[in-house]
Amino acid sequence: MSGHTGEHADPAVAFESAKLGVWTFLATEVLLFGALFTAYTVFRMQYPEMFRVEHAKLDRVLGAVNTVVLITSSLMVVLGVDAIKRGKARLLEACFGATILLAAAFLCVKYVEYAAKFHHGIYPRTNIFFSIYFMLTGLHGVHVLLGMGLLSYVIVLSRRGRLSADYFTPAEMSGLYWHFVDLVWIYLFPLLYLIG
Amino acid sequence: MAHGTGNPRRTGIAVFVALLLLTVVTVLVSYVDLGLWNAVVALLIASVKASLVALFFMHLKGENRLVWGFALVPIAFLALIVFGTLVDTMLR
Repeated sequence: MSGHTGEHADPAVAFESAKLGVWTFLATEVLLFGALFTAYTVFRMQYPEMFRVEHAKLDRVLGAVNTVVLITSSLMVVLGVDAIKRGKARLLEACFGATILLAAAFLCVKYVEYAAKFHHGIYPRTNIFFSIYFMLTGLHGVHVLLGMGLLSYVIVLSRRGRLSADYFTPAEMSGLYWHFVDLVWIYLFPLLYLIG
Repeated sequence: MAHGTGNPRRTGIAVFVALLLLTVVTVLVSYVDLGLWNAVVALLIASVKASLVALFFMHLKGENRLVWGFALVPIAFLALIVFGTLVDTMLR
């Protein structure tokens, strides 16, 4: 259990320990977002009328579009990881490249939404609903940005010939993280946009 | 290191289509006024979608008990935090 995962003699053990490392990190992520979900639940119970009125100011069509964008990006990650498992490095790079483009599209839609809110004089300080909205979507957006960085790093590794059917740990692990980012949005979308 | 059986691409695309359909359903249902049931339905659909992502995209389906523990224990803690905080704030 010592040293970095890359130093394990047995690659299968290295893969398993890397995976546990990611799941441990994701456990802390659940609690990070969980604190904000808790705030959401408490304030929703205390001010149901405010949540009903304010949530209607969000554009649920744009929210749905972004949901589809993220789901598609997750599929691209699945196809990319499957590609490198079959030794197809170029296909991995194409799929992860598509994921990064979709992530950028997600952030563009988010920018349009934020800009519209600011234009109508709605800011994080406006009320508790929008405080929570901007905190949750902002934190999620930072995770999308980090994911774009991670996936770019995997593409660089692949371009340098470091990934193969025998060693694809970085692709698998960053994919695991990306699916989690998708999973968080799967809850954010109905909680913020749909439930009135 | 292969997970499960069958063609992972076919599985991935099937899960993707299911996620798309569930997204359409949850948006359509949100336009119908069901009172409190809107929240219940939306959260149920979200949980089905999240389960699909975890089981198939994150390979939880083929994982050992240790990884399942890492996936489920934080959710139990989250439930505890939400429940405890609600008890505290509602009874004040």
